[in-house]
Amino acid sequence: MFKYLKQLTSLVAMVAVLFTFTTESMAAKKSKTLKNTQKKGFVRCGVSQGLPGFSNADAAGNWTGVDVDVCRAVAAAVLGDANKVKFTPLSAKERFTALTSGEIDILSRNTTWTLSRDADIGLTFVGVNFYDGQGFMVRKSSGITSTSQFKNGISACTNIGTTTELNMRDFFNSRGISYEPVAFEKADEVVAAYDAGRCDTYTTDKSGLAAQRTKMKNPDEHIVLPETISKEPLGPVVRQGDSVWEDIVRWSLNTMIEAEEYGITSANADSMKTSDNPQIKRLVGAEGEMGAAFGLDNEWNLRIIKQVGNYGESYKRNIADTGILPDRGPNELWTKGGILYVPPSR
Amino acid sequence: MNFKLKDIGPQLMTVLAVVLVFGFFTYNAQVNMENRGIDFGYGFLSQESSFDVQFSLIEYDGSHSYFRAYLVGLLNTILVSVIGIILATILGVIVGIARLSPNYLINKFAAFYVEFFRNIPLLLQIFFWYFAALRALPLPQDADAMFGIAFLTIKGLYVPAFIWQNFNIFFYSIIAAIIAITVIRIQAKKLQETQGKQTPVLLISIGLILILPLLSFLIGGVRLSFEVPVLKQLATTSFIYEGGVSLPPELIALALSLSLYTATFIAECVRAGIQGVGKGQKEAAASIGLTPNQVLKLVVMPQALRIIIPPTTNQYLNLTKNSSLAAAIAYPDLVLVFAGTALMQTGKAIEIVSITMFTYLSLSISISILMNWYNKKIAITEK
Repeated sequence: MFKYLKQLTSLVAMVAVLFTFTTESMAAKKSKTLKNTQKKGFVRCGVSQGLPGFSNADAAGNWTGVDVDVCRAVAAAVLGDANKVKFTPLSAKERFTALTSGEIDILSRNTTWTLSRDADIGLTFVGVNFYDGQGFMVRKSSGITSTSQFKNGISACTNIGTTTELNMRDFFNSRGISYEPVAFEKADEVVAAYDAGRCDTYTTDKSGLAAQRTKMKNPDEHIVLPETISKEPLGPVVRQGDSVWEDIVRWSLNTMIEAEEYGITSANADSMKTSDNPQIKRLVGAEGEMGAAFGLDNEWNLRIIKQVGNYGESYKRNIADTGILPDRGPNELWTKGGILYVPPSR
Repeated sequence: MNFKLKDIGPQLMTVLAVVLVFGFFTYNAQVNMENRGIDFGYGFLSQESSFDVQFSLIEYDGSHSYFRAYLVGLLNTILVSVIGIILATILGVIVGIARLSPNYLINKFAAFYVEFFRNIPLLLQIFFWYFAALRALPLPQDADAMFGIAFLTIKGLYVPAFIWQNFNIFFYSIIAAIIAITVIRIQAKKLQETQGKQTPVLLISIGLILILPLLSFLIGGVRLSFEVPVLKQLATTSFIYEGGVSLPPELIALALSLSLYTATFIAECVRAGIQGVGKGQKEAAASIGLTPNQVLKLVVMPQALRIIIPPTTNQYLNLTKNSSLAAAIAYPDLVLVFAGTALMQTGKAIEIVSITMFTYLSLSISISILMNWYNKKIAITEK
């Protein structure tokens, strides 16, 4: 009798061990970054040191911008509150190290998606939240209206540690123009030096030029030349090796874009729950189990739309209404002549 | 045996602890890098860098390797450090002596300078010289010529370039002059020790260093001409100077702020050194009939230098390390070019930061060794 009891106990123990093991692995599937984020109660997000329209802090320390909204969307999805984000301003030079070393969990800092960055340095790009291209800014008084008027000896101010430095070399080299690159670590110093007359031209992503122009002493004295010399798809980045977290960030961004496509806004999101369109219902958590695969509840996407808004709202609020780039250009939905096209949430 | 163990025990423990801590960090870095799919290796140094640098002492463009970019940064760091050390030493010695001047105005002015510049953070001074002073400079088209040949503008200082013919002969003539001066000095010293005769070494030296190069011009076929910078229009309101040599404003601002800042500390070292020599020494020297110049040269300075050199070495080291603040104002030094752009383009953080740290360590140790050698040379030799 006692003999059997002993066996029974060990059987129970074994089952218990097995059970713990399975629950543990289910939880592990929830991703380490997700678990840490929920434990801490905030999303750790790396942003720029101040780029109006993308990530910029006001006098009270409130961050706004389309890059900021990606992090807010993730916070809304994961923690239920779009304000539970800790922003870390990073220079172009610091950004990747901050991400790979685990200081931040999302890098949403107008970062160009390139092969070498994606493949080499332990990063994964999750999508594109702004299609950009590198351009040049000059003083109106210089009379330059096109890059074809650039002459040997031109000095160009820019940031270090960006694709800008490489594109600039390709551009000037292919045209056989000798130039003086003046590269600063921080954007504010680039603007100050260009504004003082140190450089003839200031080159960076066109959105950046438009945004920085607003910071100049007299913005009307400067123009952005029409030529675009590179493709700069900017998007959020996560660390390699946590595919669940990667998916959460990717689909938070996709949700914002798809919500715009289906006309779901922060104002009408709740009423959309009773829509006839099953795709709309899926996007507001009223149909299907869209959050389970991430270890999230079913209304994660509804919270994003309600608290942050769809992509169009975010663009209008941060970039169009602030006068930076009123025309959405390629950043319009594919249904309206742009190239924003995301896979369906289903 | 017991005694020995007690003796070396603590040392062994310390070494063990250091090895363990270091080993832990290395292992930790290795594991984490492996987890995140980051490779470790120095192979990138031979890859094409594909970025340009504003200012370089050796031939360099983006088609060269990352290693060459490293050399460019290193040489720029050495350049600004050497310029800074020379300027800081000259200014420091002058101000240090001025602080001891019986003239009230000179004395107070020197004291004000020292207190003002050493009590403002260096980075702020660099920003001041670069951004505030730069804004005040004229655009190239508005610049007035200095002495008719040089132009100080917002885009840099443009000076005439020397164009040499048969430069090697000129160079040899200077080498010859230096060798001759050394020989004469040794001879003069011998003459003074054995026969007590004084030779006017300084006059002869000046003569030699002037006459020999002059001869190279007259009979060696050495020719020197100047290429004066000429204004060139790039666009309606955008100009540069072409020809000649251009010194970027970043270099000027950095060298200026580094030397103005460090000179204050060197001035204090000099003052301490001179005041550290006992009054009795000077009086004794005067009483045996030495002239004031001889007192300074033969009695005060040799003793003062022994006090001045060690703390001044620290200042030289500080200046070299402080030059890494260059990144703030776009001077392409080692930190900006290598630990900045190259690090970003390759993502090899651990490799590049370790190389950079090792480089600064080597630079500082080299300066230390040099200064320690000089210190030993001037130290009192007990007989």
